[in-house]
Amino acid sequence: MINEQRREFIRKTGLGVLAGLGAASGLFPALSLEKTLLPAWDEKPVPGKIRWGMLIDTRLCKGDCQQCTAACHRVHNVPRFINRWDEVKWIWKSPYENVFPTASQQFVDSGTKERKVLALCNHCAEPPCTRACPTEATFRRWDGIVSMDYHRCIGCRFCMAACPYGSRSFNWQDPRPAIRELSPTYPTREKGVVEKCNFCSERLVKGQLPACVEECPEKALTFGDLNDPESDIRKLLESNLTMQRKPELGTRPSVFYII
Amino acid sequence: MIEKALKGNRNYWLWIAFLLSVIVFGIYAYTRQMALGLTVTGMGRDVSWGVYIAQFTFLVGVAASAVMVVLPYYLHNQKAFGKIVIVGEFLAVSATLMCLLFILADMGRPDQVLNVLRYPSPHSMVFWDVTVLNGYFILNLVSGWTVLGAERKGVQPPAWIKPVIYLSIPWAFSIHTVTAFLYAGLPGRHLWLTAVLAPRFLASAFAAGTALLVLVSLILKRTAGFDAGNEARGKLAVLATYAGVANFFLLGTEFFTAFYSNVPAHRHSLQYLFFGLEGHASLVPWMWLSLLSGLASVAVLLVPRLRKDTGWLVAACIGLFFSIWIDKGVGLILGGFVPSPLEQIVEYIPSPVEIAVTAGIWAIGILVLSILLKVTVAVKTQE
Repeated sequence: MINEQRREFIRKTGLGVLAGLGAASGLFPALSLEKTLLPAWDEKPVPGKIRWGMLIDTRLCKGDCQQCTAACHRVHNVPRFINRWDEVKWIWKSPYENVFPTASQQFVDSGTKERKVLALCNHCAEPPCTRACPTEATFRRWDGIVSMDYHRCIGCRFCMAACPYGSRSFNWQDPRPAIRELSPTYPTREKGVVEKCNFCSERLVKGQLPACVEECPEKALTFGDLNDPESDIRKLLESNLTMQRKPELGTRPSVFYII
Repeated sequence: MIEKALKGNRNYWLWIAFLLSVIVFGIYAYTRQMALGLTVTGMGRDVSWGVYIAQFTFLVGVAASAVMVVLPYYLHNQKAFGKIVIVGEFLAVSATLMCLLFILADMGRPDQVLNVLRYPSPHSMVFWDVTVLNGYFILNLVSGWTVLGAERKGVQPPAWIKPVIYLSIPWAFSIHTVTAFLYAGLPGRHLWLTAVLAPRFLASAFAAGTALLVLVSLILKRTAGFDAGNEARGKLAVLATYAGVANFFLLGTEFFTAFYSNVPAHRHSLQYLFFGLEGHASLVPWMWLSLLSGLASVAVLLVPRLRKDTGWLVAACIGLFFSIWIDKGVGLILGGFVPSPLEQIVEYIPSPVEIAVTAGIWAIGILVLSILLKVTVAVKTQE
């Protein structure tokens, strides 16, 4: 009888101590078992210091290869809908003339004309989508990534009308049944909200490269800080002729292409 | 005063019952949309707005056109508009209500819609549009109801209502200008990326809205024995005529710029709407029907002898309203998405669910208008 009560007491106090530790670790970052980044206190980000960008060498990218798309869609729980109305995609391949409709199309060599080119969110420096968003559910982060807050999105799809690259997808129906294998590293979404490429911000914070960059067997994708003159991406940009999609619209994309 | 809407003859109640049944049908369709998502509509990732946003755009114009009776009556003391001014205000109330419902119907997460007010974002045109639409709704409801209430008691309207009414005049222009700015500031949607979009919105609004007002006043004369007067209708018909002329002039300038400059991006959407693009031409018959019926109606209205004839007037007003309904309530929004940013053509066909929800919202608007006008007629005829 007494033993029973004693056991119960120990169990409860034990739980209390654990709960207290849990709360304390939230208040005092040093106490947490897993290191969490609290930029508000220690590493306060300087807006505009970093501008993440990507360079896609379309000469290296193999036409039928879909590994980057598969990796991205797997780690981000992107649902797979076959019909093009419901389709959700973060990174995909389209013909050259569709990705660069305003580039020169006459007498283009057949290799270029038939080339499949990767398309994804451009993480524009002047994004029209964030300007159009009425709730700040999509916004440009301090490091140049155009991000989404799925909990704030009202599903008005203004960002989709504003994006001149067709890079945004809407969850026309519940995406969860259409996810092949659930990835634990990124949240799933609900029906009725917009989503798109996030430049793998959840991986960058852990010091990892974006999934598509890591997965590419041809090393056709280069990721880095566009504001750092010593970065690989800047060196490649300086030594190659590159293109952006629809530069005439003044959106200043952070994704560049070598054709 | 609202109790006056509860007294009516058999036809009145049949009408109300009909509207209620359409509303119930629409609500049922909306529950399907809520359960399954917007996948039940004809929209998709390429044409991401459809009939909801198109109807919203058209109805903002109908709402704004109330200024076509308020301005002459209150600012220029045009006594002829004395009986129709309240009809215009209540038409604006019901049209604005429909606008707000169409926006709501289009939301992926209607439960989150208050985020627009919780996180006000002045850089977003939606924020301004929601603000001016709600403001316009209140302004017109308050001014119409107050003036009518004073009339019922046989007293002068309170002095404070004058500034409210005056404020509603520039406000009417603001709602349609801001609505045009929703579209006219988006890079890469070349059908919308034009400075004449806002002027054209206003012109088409004043044409379609005043045409509708003429029709509503004739319906009231016939069904309720309330006659706003031939003089008022005649003046409204003139306003509709010249607004219609301005609208088609502005449409013509769009054609000139697109086809003379020959810039593909400027040409494509108009080409798709009026001639078909790469074999896709589902909207072509509609757009020509719109253009021809609009031009024919304006031509009829330009002849004073025909304009004064009730039969011709009704035909021309229906033609003009229908023309602009297709142009703005169908073509303008859908055309903006064709071709897509990746230069692909996906055609949109509204689904049965979408059509049912649309009909339901129209029925709600017409029900509110019917009730408000029932009260108006009862007060005016001192039943």
